[in-house]
Amino acid sequence: MINDMNINLLLLVLMTIATMWTVMGRSLLKATIGLAVTSAVLTILMFRLNSPLAAVFELSVCTGLITVVFVSTISLTKPLTHKEIIERSKARHKRFGYLPFVMILAGVALYFLKIPNDFAGMADKYIAAQAAAPDPRRVIWDVRQLDLFGQIILMIAGALGVVILFVEGKDKDER
Amino acid sequence: MVALLILIPLIGIIILNMLPRETAKRTAFWFAMAIFMAQIFIALSQHTLFSGREAVEFYLVHGTALAIDSLGVIMLLSIGIVALPSLIVGQCMLSDRNELFRFINLLIITTIGMTGIIIVRDIFTLYVFLEITAVASFVLIAFRKDINGLEGAFKYLMLSAIATVLILTSIALILISSCGTSFAAIHEALAQSGSNPLIVFAIVIFICGLLIKGGLVPFHGWLPDAYMAAPAPVSILLGGIVTKAAGIYTLIRMAASVFIFDERIRTMLMLLGTISILAGAFAALGQKNFKRMLAYSSISQIGYIVLGFGTGTALGIAGAVFHLFNHAIFKSLLFVNAAAVEKQVGTNDMQKMGGLSSRMPVTGATSVIGMLSTSGIPPFAGFWSKLIIIIALWQSAYYSYAAIAIMASVVTLAYFLYMQRTVFFGELAVGLENIKEANFGFVLTSSILAAITIGVGLFFPIIFNIFFMPVKEILVK
Repeated sequence: MINDMNINLLLLVLMTIATMWTVMGRSLLKATIGLAVTSAVLTILMFRLNSPLAAVFELSVCTGLITVVFVSTISLTKPLTHKEIIERSKARHKRFGYLPFVMILAGVALYFLKIPNDFAGMADKYIAAQAAAPDPRRVIWDVRQLDLFGQIILMIAGALGVVILFVEGKDKDER
Repeated sequence: MVALLILIPLIGIIILNMLPRETAKRTAFWFAMAIFMAQIFIALSQHTLFSGREAVEFYLVHGTALAIDSLGVIMLLSIGIVALPSLIVGQCMLSDRNELFRFINLLIITTIGMTGIIIVRDIFTLYVFLEITAVASFVLIAFRKDINGLEGAFKYLMLSAIATVLILTSIALILISSCGTSFAAIHEALAQSGSNPLIVFAIVIFICGLLIKGGLVPFHGWLPDAYMAAPAPVSILLGGIVTKAAGIYTLIRMAASVFIFDERIRTMLMLLGTISILAGAFAALGQKNFKRMLAYSSISQIGYIVLGFGTGTALGIAGAVFHLFNHAIFKSLLFVNAAAVEKQVGTNDMQKMGGLSSRMPVTGATSVIGMLSTSGIPPFAGFWSKLIIIIALWQSAYYSYAAIAIMASVVTLAYFLYMQRTVFFGELAVGLENIKEANFGFVLTSSILAAITIGVGLFFPIIFNIFFMPVKEILVK
């Protein structure tokens, strides 16, 4: 009864729950943990769908590195009081309370709409090209070099964002 | 040479941030100035007129295809021309040298992102540079950290995230049938499986993602708040070029050169373009805030670009790109003037202004030029680009679209006349007796932009034939 497809579906549901928890949680730190759990479940899914390299990236970058960056950033912000947390939590639940129902409705709608989900035929050419393609690690360093430069620029932009929006704000608050 | 457009600013930023703080702050402005001037020079040097080569040049950098064609030349030129006023206005408005230094860093990163968008010929690299532009823009919008700025940035962040999801999903679906990520490989694959419903779905959501970034109706929710809340130099950059490079240029490139630019896509674009023209123009009519009115005006003018492009004819595409360039110039001019007024008067609320022309003659005069060009009054640049779009519509027998485009120009003139009368003409408002002309940076910038608007209008036949008609080459036969 529990075949591969069902396990994947269960993981997908688990990932959705973790995402909901991330969005609807009342603490930034818990949201970060929720995001890390989401990435961890996605990693398992990627392993199961025969994409070990993507899974390793997801695990190291999204579950590991990004979580560290988020926690570091949160440490630069001013914590809310308990009362504020409760108030914001209520407001957030009021604002996003409908999200789980939307997700369920969307799932049911997609099921009944019978959106094509069998890509096997279309992907033949792609899979054949993949088989003949060089090692993905070499591709990243040799072929996708511009993307790596792009990522460096993105990191600089992100770092500047943190400095401008969080560090300076904290300095002003302290003053 | 082309890769240097990305590498020099990148290495420059890293070095700039490693220098002693005081030295870095002193040199940042001139470094940015040199980069933007170099961008304008390189863009012009790549044009057939100066290089003597074919319009399309390909450069392979470690397997990644980079290219500048006639459309790329115009876009790189526009980026350089708009980034310069933004930099100068930033220098005039940001008194804190730390703030100015950080603003310059982000400005350079945004231009790197936009330059990357223009020169790459790979769908995934394109996505990376779209994200660079978006991330730098979020921070720039929220730069002042006031509630309006954070709200504007948050709206842009949320809608941009939706655009990202749509674009990434589309790329994943397209890659199912394509063997590579280069534009050429994808075009070849789509030509074979273009009628597949999944591919059609992928193309539609990709275009929707780009329309969010371009701020077209009904995807424009973020744009007025972001433009209004952003600091003045950021509004110039956003209104002048960011939405055009990230949204409209990418749309033109992908639709004409990568996707199959068939009747369905053309109809969809023309409809959305027309809705944007009307919705933007009528929404601008009721605005009391100077920058918010300019934001709605941008939505309307972007509608013209998309409508012209939607005709799919050589003239329509050339007209659309011509209007894109003109809009970058005259909207930057109007935002520079809005910044000058904000700096001198201390508000953007038009109700609190009046008769400013007597105190700010250069700002008032250049504002008239920008306003007339936007409304499509001869002989300014905006008149010719709108005329070409309307001729292209007429030649393709889209008479009703042409009529709507003409009528909307009248509405544009109406709200700009209201703006001009409320802000610059009439009697001087109470409390503004001591207002003086904005400082030299504003005056110089607005004068140069106004001169370009007049110059392009007066020398229209030469400029259009040399720079804009060759753009039709982007249409893949």
